[in-house]
Amino acid sequence: MRKRVLRLAGHYAPPTLLVAALIVAWHWVTVWFDISPIILPAPLAVLEAGIRFRDLLPEQILVTVTETILGLVVSLAIAVPLAILVVWAPLLRRTIYPVILAGQSVPKVALAPLFLIWIGYGIVSKVLIAASIAFFPIMVNTVAGLSLVEPDLLDMVRVLRASTLQTFLKIRIPTAMPHFFSGTKVAVTLAVIGSVVGEFVGADKGLGYLMMAAGSQMNTAMVFVALVILSLTGVILFGLVELVQRLTCPWSTGE
Amino acid sequence: MSGLGPVPLRAAAIRPAILSLERVGLVYEAKDGSAVEALASVDIEVRQNEFLVIVGPSGCGKSTLLKLMVGLLRPSSGRILHRGEPMQEMLKDVGMVAQSPLLLPWRSVVDNVLLPIEILRLNRKQYLPQAHRLLESVGLEGFAEKSPRALSGGMQQRVALCRALITDPPLLLMDEPFAALDALTRDEMAQELARIWEQRMKTVVFVTHGVAEAVLLADRVIVMSPRPGRVAREIPIDLPHPRAEARRQRARFAEYEETIRDFIFSFKEA
Repeated sequence: MRKRVLRLAGHYAPPTLLVAALIVAWHWVTVWFDISPIILPAPLAVLEAGIRFRDLLPEQILVTVTETILGLVVSLAIAVPLAILVVWAPLLRRTIYPVILAGQSVPKVALAPLFLIWIGYGIVSKVLIAASIAFFPIMVNTVAGLSLVEPDLLDMVRVLRASTLQTFLKIRIPTAMPHFFSGTKVAVTLAVIGSVVGEFVGADKGLGYLMMAAGSQMNTAMVFVALVILSLTGVILFGLVELVQRLTCPWSTGE
Repeated sequence: MSGLGPVPLRAAAIRPAILSLERVGLVYEAKDGSAVEALASVDIEVRQNEFLVIVGPSGCGKSTLLKLMVGLLRPSSGRILHRGEPMQEMLKDVGMVAQSPLLLPWRSVVDNVLLPIEILRLNRKQYLPQAHRLLESVGLEGFAEKSPRALSGGMQQRVALCRALITDPPLLLMDEPFAALDALTRDEMAQELARIWEQRMKTVVFVTHGVAEAVLLADRVIVMSPRPGRVAREIPIDLPHPRAEARRQRARFAEYEETIRDFIFSFKEA
């Protein structure tokens, strides 16, 4: 037990120390250079703003997190079946893949206003923007994972007359899991960006909306409050995906 | 079959052929579109219960030969007979071992051994004792529930061997199965395989570039020429089984090894 505590401490101490050092440096930069709080508020001022508006925050956080998670779920629901389909039928791969690649080259952020025009200012437009950004890394990584099976192994099961379904269930899908999770981890952080961009373009709730509103009132400390919460949200969601990975496929975490 | 015991080599010549490759050639299209001749007019007979070793320099189409034998590839010319009949489809009851163990890390060792049973939709429970017996026979009885990742390379390849044997196939095709192992483990594995073969009397086709391995294991050694591969020489190894004991006849072992090595090197000089 003591060993475990020490090991965990050893694991989390370096990043914690780094963050602490950065906050201290931030504080001293604002003091030494006498920077106006409108340009760069000191960490304590940010903390103070966070406490002052604490009743306001939970609702905004809930909205953005909901948009992000729903966005991720929507993109998973589309990307994973599509990835399986594309690996299952090589013809589809040649047909769909170039189109998806072309789609990825369109900056989704630039599409955000269109989504708002088509769907409106509600939560759905943000979910779709988040989903459209999260889609690509999930799809590409899952396709790569499903295709990464060793040819000799495929030959072996072919000789055993394995059906395509068996090959997928027993070999391809488990093989793809680590890659699928890598893609999903990237996707979850992108989904946060997607929902915030959606809120920038037009919303009346959420952390992105809070940043815009605070910015327009020159309340820079509040902008930083939203920023800090957003990055924490990204880290926590990332950690949750990793937790799911550890629980569902412990062999894939490299331990 | 196991009651038969080792058969004297003289009888090998009159054993029926399981597979006959007759003037088999294989041409495939390279990525740049040019035609590559991998094999040219290969004649090989695989006889019942023999241990046939195919050696040759790299790129002589040894692995291609195994793929042709199992039916994963079709010859561009010539023909392959399976028990006297032209081969129509892939072989059914055949065990395969590749250079890497190809174990699935999300399955325990014993579940890896049972993979063929699942794919063939056979009764898993019925084969479970057999899986444990096989693992025991290669000294892995304590590792059945472990992850293959916890095993060394040699142990993993033993698991792969058990997986190939789980359906008790009469024919075993092995493609440089010990090539990725260190010299000591390799030697140990070869002796273990020799023992298994002596006990079970399966037909084995074993591809390698290890000459000592070839002499230790084979009833017959086929030496292939470089690309396009063809049979350069066929050398019967007239040493008694079990070979681990026959090894004491060092002079004859060395003689065989030298003959094979000379052949392989003669290609390089030519």
